[in-house]
Amino acid sequence: MSPENGSNLLESDAANVSFKETELTLGMPGESRGLTLVEKASGKRGFLETVDLNLGRSSNVDYDRNKDSGESETDVSSVAKPPAAKSQVVGWPPVRAYRKNAMKSCKYVKVAVDGAPYLRKVDLEMYNSYQQLLNALEDLFSCFSFTIRNYLTERKITDQEVNNSGVEYVPTYEDRDGDWMMLGDVPWKMFVESCKRLRLMKSSEATGLAPRTASKCSSSS
Amino acid sequence: MITNKKPRSSDTDSNYMRDDRTEMSEDDDRSPPSDSITNDSCPTRNCTPGSGSGSSSIPEYLAPYPDQVLENVLENVLWFLTSRKDRNAASLVCRSWYRVEALTRSDLFIGNCYAVSPKRATSRFSRIRSVTLKGKPRFADFNLMPPNWGAHFAPWVSAMAKAYPWLEKVHLKRMSVTDDDLALLAESFSGFKELVLVCCDGFGTSGLAVVASRCRQLKVLDLIESEVSDDEVDWISFFPDTETCLESLIFDCVDCPIDFDALERLVARSPSLKKLRLNRSISIGQLYHLMVRAPQLTHLGTGSFSPSEDVAHVEQEPDYVSAFAACKSLVCLSGFREIIPDYLPAIYPICSNLTSLNFSYANISAEQVKPIISNCHKLQIFWVLDSICDEGLQAVAATCKELRELRVFPIEAREDIEGPVSEVGLQAISEGCRKLQSILYFCQRMTNAAVIAMSKNCPDLVVFRLCIMGRHRPDDVTGEPMDEGFGAIVMNCKKLTRLAVSGLLTDRAFAYIGKYGKIVRTLSVAFAGDSDMGLKYVLEGCPRLQKLEIRDSPFGDAALLSGLHHYYNMRFLWMSTCKLSRQGCQQIAQALPRLVVEVIKHEDNVDMEEVVDTLYMYRSLEGPREDVPQFVSILEDRHMKEGALMWKTDISARCWTTIRSVCIVNVRWVINAKYAQHMHGPYTFSGNVVVQVHVGDPLAHRVGFHWMRIPILKDMYGSDHISILVLLELISLMVKAKLIVKVGSDCAFE
Repeated sequence: MSPENGSNLLESDAANVSFKETELTLGMPGESRGLTLVEKASGKRGFLETVDLNLGRSSNVDYDRNKDSGESETDVSSVAKPPAAKSQVVGWPPVRAYRKNAMKSCKYVKVAVDGAPYLRKVDLEMYNSYQQLLNALEDLFSCFSFTIRNYLTERKITDQEVNNSGVEYVPTYEDRDGDWMMLGDVPWKMFVESCKRLRLMKSSEATGLAPRTASKCSSSS
Repeated sequence: MITNKKPRSSDTDSNYMRDDRTEMSEDDDRSPPSDSITNDSCPTRNCTPGSGSGSSSIPEYLAPYPDQVLENVLENVLWFLTSRKDRNAASLVCRSWYRVEALTRSDLFIGNCYAVSPKRATSRFSRIRSVTLKGKPRFADFNLMPPNWGAHFAPWVSAMAKAYPWLEKVHLKRMSVTDDDLALLAESFSGFKELVLVCCDGFGTSGLAVVASRCRQLKVLDLIESEVSDDEVDWISFFPDTETCLESLIFDCVDCPIDFDALERLVARSPSLKKLRLNRSISIGQLYHLMVRAPQLTHLGTGSFSPSEDVAHVEQEPDYVSAFAACKSLVCLSGFREIIPDYLPAIYPICSNLTSLNFSYANISAEQVKPIISNCHKLQIFWVLDSICDEGLQAVAATCKELRELRVFPIEAREDIEGPVSEVGLQAISEGCRKLQSILYFCQRMTNAAVIAMSKNCPDLVVFRLCIMGRHRPDDVTGEPMDEGFGAIVMNCKKLTRLAVSGLLTDRAFAYIGKYGKIVRTLSVAFAGDSDMGLKYVLEGCPRLQKLEIRDSPFGDAALLSGLHHYYNMRFLWMSTCKLSRQGCQQIAQALPRLVVEVIKHEDNVDMEEVVDTLYMYRSLEGPREDVPQFVSILEDRHMKEGALMWKTDISARCWTTIRSVCIVNVRWVINAKYAQHMHGPYTFSGNVVVQVHVGDPLAHRVGFHWMRIPILKDMYGSDHISILVLLELISLMVKAKLIVKVGSDCAFE
């Protein structure tokens, strides 16, 4: 900012002129020369005064930059982690709607079924739990009459399935490290992240898989 | 060319720019026109300092036609001038150059479709071959603008259909384009070659079909991030059956399925095709077939990059690796819209040739990206999702030493989650990619230290856009605001022209920007600042600022008014959910008649008339546009029309050709700035300052006025800028000399 302080220049001239009379002010034509704008132009508005934006920002009002002892820490943490109840704001974060929509489904994995000549792919992001995924898989491969052993509940999904021609399959997946695991061991989110592909293995072949921690797991049919 | 003698009010239309330019040309010593009623009583004539003989009552007459030979030479020379800045400068030299430049310009660029009308543009430039038009402001992308705001292509295509039948290229960004517009385009321009639509909407596949079928010379059809409605027309089949001239076909944003066989045949009969970006309906198997047919491709968008539903088992899948290996010219790779990472190794053969890689739709992990990126030694542009985590970014930093542009997008665009990338990734990039010029980085947490490191490690930064997704989020380690980080960016990155800030920011950050951001042209602000001072720092400190977009920040009327000296130099100002009042915006409209001041109402704001939801203002030669929707009100200077104006203002059209040789000042608002300058320094202007002062009885129906030209003065530091202080001094001198008897809202002059 320029160090020039010109206020003196003008003020000194004032002596010669009836400056007040000719003092230039800003206003709308016809308006009286009440210095509304001047007042606004002078004086900063403090941070506190400006907060009425109704954005849920009020939690940040007390942000104290003096950082005295523990109090500022809690302020910091309260600012750093906004309350979960914070309402979603339109257009924030600034990601184009187009991109947001494109990202909606984005965790595709191949599903192979032993003995089937074709693959399917599913989007793991579409489901929130193993149960949903297994239901969807059964729908996908509904032309087969098979059941999927659901270790989660220790019983078959389709209780009423007494069709003995149905073969029991075990849902397995290959994780990031290349190991084949049974579904259900890890929390759902973790599974979604680490799953590379799914395979519905015939129960008879599901030997040597990484056993579940529960002793009830039986890999041989 | 007869100079128009009428006063430069907002209702004069044609030849406006020409007149002004004639007056304001530095080479032109002729006196400005006068419309004074009583010419003999114009004391200003004797008192005008500097050049010019004062006002004259001799009407302008038609000058003898300049030397034809000289003009022919000029025409031949000016053909070679391609930069639009240079062309704008050349057009201002004198009338002859203006005329010839207009004849020789072939590329028309209009940064704001409302700044000038189609009629005016087509009248001035008669030999245009290529048109670029930009419409809505960028914040419209984030649902901050109600639909149907405007930016219609229709009036432009109608005007151009008549004026430029030889038109070859149309490039639109954020415009509303209808199928009818596309049909008119296809019918009107027989030699049409290039259509590029970026972030456009309003049209569908039926419009594309017309373009495909009628534009026989079409080389480029690029649809980028546009919304294309599915009219269930297979537009790909509409290309003529013969060999095509197609060089670029980009349709990755078109979400409608297409007939693959038609596409395959099209590719087969397009031997010049170099750029092909497929949409997500194309499976990897289909991609294989296309690649085999077009190994000459340089740019490829892979489509879904996963098999379609009913694909045969693994053994029977084609050899993707060899297909990629055959594309020896491939330098730019994108797509991966529904990627199954198993297939990634297919691209290994071409990694080392890639200069541009776009993984921004691919949810892949660090482990999955590492083997790819470790071969991409030549990579200059990399777009990716934050799913690769800091670890993935570290891998990028380790290999991509030539990286110029990095964009890291969030998989989950939310605030209250743990993010996979952080300051660690940014730091790594800054250390590894020293040639970085442009970065867009979304994250949940950040530190000043990392940003400062980047400012020092990457001195070539031109674009720095950091989006800390948590609003008002401070430095994750120190708890401090992010002021110092952004301050370091503007301080150390001397080439920085575009900046987007985020996180917890006080006015201090803006003080830094105002102080050091001298060449910043585009600034994006959200949820930042403490007070009006923040905005004032920027408006006063950044002389090159062209585009300023602000949302949800506590800047009010006083801050807005502090930018009056600069708004004519800007393309636009956007302020939404700030602290503006209608009155404040009205004052701007009052002060700057060549600014269109739009107040856009939010849908849910029914009652509050005084509070301004969104202000969008831009310079324009045309005044308020006619296609205004009901949720937009345009504030106008009412008193201009009533003629009760005391101080009149005017602007040189040159202001927005970025020639600083002329600048016209509205003395009225200058006075307010006098108070402002106590706070933070004087304004400066360069060039000639022209003040229009009224003569005669202002209460009479007709008011005459004179021009006073104040040439460049040296201020006390010897620079040829006129500071506002000097200007005010001049005015006070005029007062002393009784040129102005009383000044203010109801005054009379002699």
